[in-house]
Amino acid sequence: MATVKAVHYINQFFGQIGGEEKADIKPFKQDGPVGPGTALQKAFGSEIEIVGTIICGDTYFNENIEKATQEILDLISGYKPQILIAGPAFNAGRYGMACGAVCAAVAERFSIPVITGMYEENPGADLYRKQVYIVKTGNSAAKMREAISAMSKLALKLARGEELGTPEEEGYLEKGIRVNIVHKERGSARAVEMLIKKLKGEPYQTEYPMPSFSRVTPRPPIKDLKHAKIALVTSGGIVPKGNPDRIEASSATHFGRYDITGIEDLTPETFQTAHGGYDPVYANQDPDRVLPVDVMRQLEKEGIIGSLHNIYYATVGNGTSVANAQKYAHAIGLELAKENIDGIILTST
Amino acid sequence: MKLEIGNIFVKDVRFGERTEVKDNIVYINKAELLDAIADKRLHYRDIHIVRPGESVRLCPVKDVLEPRVKVEGPGNVFPGILGASTIVGQGRTHVLKGMAVITVGHIVGFQEGIIDMTGPGAEYTPFSQTINLVIDCEKAGDINQHEHEEAVRLAGLKATRYVAEAARDVVPDEIITYETKPIPQQFDEYPDLPKVAYVYMLQSQGLLHDTYVYGVDAKKILPTFMFPTEVMDGAIVSGNCVSACDKNTTYHHLNNPIIHDLYEHHGKDLNFIGVVITNENVTLADKVRSSDFCAKLVQYLGVDGVIINEEGFGNPDTDLIMNCKKIENLGIKTVLITDEYAGRDGASQSLADADKLADAVVSVGNANQLIVLPPMDKVIGFDEAANVIAGGFANSKKEDGSVEVEIQSIIGATNELGFNRMGAIGK
Repeated sequence: MATVKAVHYINQFFGQIGGEEKADIKPFKQDGPVGPGTALQKAFGSEIEIVGTIICGDTYFNENIEKATQEILDLISGYKPQILIAGPAFNAGRYGMACGAVCAAVAERFSIPVITGMYEENPGADLYRKQVYIVKTGNSAAKMREAISAMSKLALKLARGEELGTPEEEGYLEKGIRVNIVHKERGSARAVEMLIKKLKGEPYQTEYPMPSFSRVTPRPPIKDLKHAKIALVTSGGIVPKGNPDRIEASSATHFGRYDITGIEDLTPETFQTAHGGYDPVYANQDPDRVLPVDVMRQLEKEGIIGSLHNIYYATVGNGTSVANAQKYAHAIGLELAKENIDGIILTST
Repeated sequence: MKLEIGNIFVKDVRFGERTEVKDNIVYINKAELLDAIADKRLHYRDIHIVRPGESVRLCPVKDVLEPRVKVEGPGNVFPGILGASTIVGQGRTHVLKGMAVITVGHIVGFQEGIIDMTGPGAEYTPFSQTINLVIDCEKAGDINQHEHEEAVRLAGLKATRYVAEAARDVVPDEIITYETKPIPQQFDEYPDLPKVAYVYMLQSQGLLHDTYVYGVDAKKILPTFMFPTEVMDGAIVSGNCVSACDKNTTYHHLNNPIIHDLYEHHGKDLNFIGVVITNENVTLADKVRSSDFCAKLVQYLGVDGVIINEEGFGNPDTDLIMNCKKIENLGIKTVLITDEYAGRDGASQSLADADKLADAVVSVGNANQLIVLPPMDKVIGFDEAANVIAGGFANSKKEDGSVEVEIQSIIGATNELGFNRMGAIGK
């Protein structure tokens, strides 16, 4: 098997340059492994070769994040590595931030596997665990041997392109990616077992830790509705007849923008719903039931609102992930912000 | 209430001159069956028998059912829809185990699904493992979606009743007895074991998203009590076209695994007291009322813990969380079963509602996961439907006959009664 080329990132202390007094040194490279890199190299055998080490002062990195990251990327690119290893940083906060940032930047720039190690409470862990494999380590360098062992195992698996087991099995901090697996027991049996443990007060593990939801603070009310320009945005799937943008019935991958200039009323001949999450009969009979163009036009005529924006936006909320919904909302929001919209009516289903 | 389930293990299903069960082989007279399900609103294209391992795709599938016949005790299977709404759940019921009746045909709603009898898709659906009698029908004449849904639902139920009748006088291969007693006796029977109930959430978001209880549309019910054995006799029937992966087909209701697994532990490490059924209506007022009533009934039962399952996703996530919060706030422990919509990359949060009291959740999988289903030799139904059913997208169906969809489109893939072994974990 061909040897995989690795670059190792460490700070001034583990780079054997010095302690806090040397923390402001700029990044530089040194061929081959240095400090903890020698132990890693030993664990790698001939499968992975650490061809170079990048050493950077923690203070320098954290005070010049963008510049330092760029300098480090430039130093790394010369080695053409196939994997990057950073740290372990244990509970050193600035070192952890640097390891996480370097890993994330390298993954993005070079599209290679990256791995670091740190203590779970290191601030770098919280910030970068979603993007980077972070092996759980002890909180100080006294746990170096265990950290090297765990990191080298995971690095070898990544280098070989092997499928990883669960975060517990592999010893890394969960990245928050939901992956389907097959359990030993069916879901109902797992639920009964979990309930028995919960009733007995024994430890059990939920299979889906609840997320914390972001809440949106409502905007202050519109003071002058008579002159306000109002836009319509819907997740109820109202689209021109024939669904020209092919918005999916569920798990929408995009949204559509449609011109309603001169349209007073949505009719079954001209509009329909693409939404697969509710009974479409009534929405198709009269699409205004979901996207109230008729009422808005009336309000416009009566002078209750200034005007109705002539473009409306539509997607399908059914089964669409929260992350995608946020992405569409952001894009729609940016477009509407350019049009000097005063208010938006959001309709669902 | 005590029910004996007499399972007859079906080795094969074949067409024959007489409809009968002989040596564990079910023979069906096709013409008689067609007579039994005749409906002027439907045109039957054909009736097929498909077996595990065959290169066959069924799409779009509306419902899956299991032939059961009441041989002793009051009432008949599917009460309130076929026959009077006599209370069922006692006596003896014969089951043709290992076969299913499946309705396929013109799509009724977006949310019908796919069953592959072989290949990678087969691993996601339990109905690749059953011998299936497939009713392939389309609507005759100008009927709307609601009538179409009702016609196909009745066709499935009647076909199932017709086939099940053949099991009436057969000696079952095994008999399993399930019993739940009136509350005071049930409490006394295992005084030292924790008392557990099951909160059974039924999809009731609207027409095409309906479930029937003794023939009553579940969105019109207030939460109520049930003996677990009533469910085994068809007290609950699927009338819905909610996403294929997490709609409970009638087969799932008849074989509700939560009820089975609670009975499995009954008298060993818990005391299974009974079932509270509730709905998942769309208005906030309904959600608040139903979850209030649901929590009240659970409190009234005097149990220590409950299992709550959701049916569907998104909107009913709210009902799930309301039920959980209100029951936990009464000091009663909950375990929830749900599936996830974490995006195709698995990186999104999975539910539309959440609460920290929901600290014991079983995940039955991420429904957004993509899968490519290779071409099959035979398609029953209209596989172009893959482009529009929930979980499909434009060009889901490829020229070579393969289909790329989210597993959301596969019947029963992420069944929230916990019928399968799949689950999602964090990586």
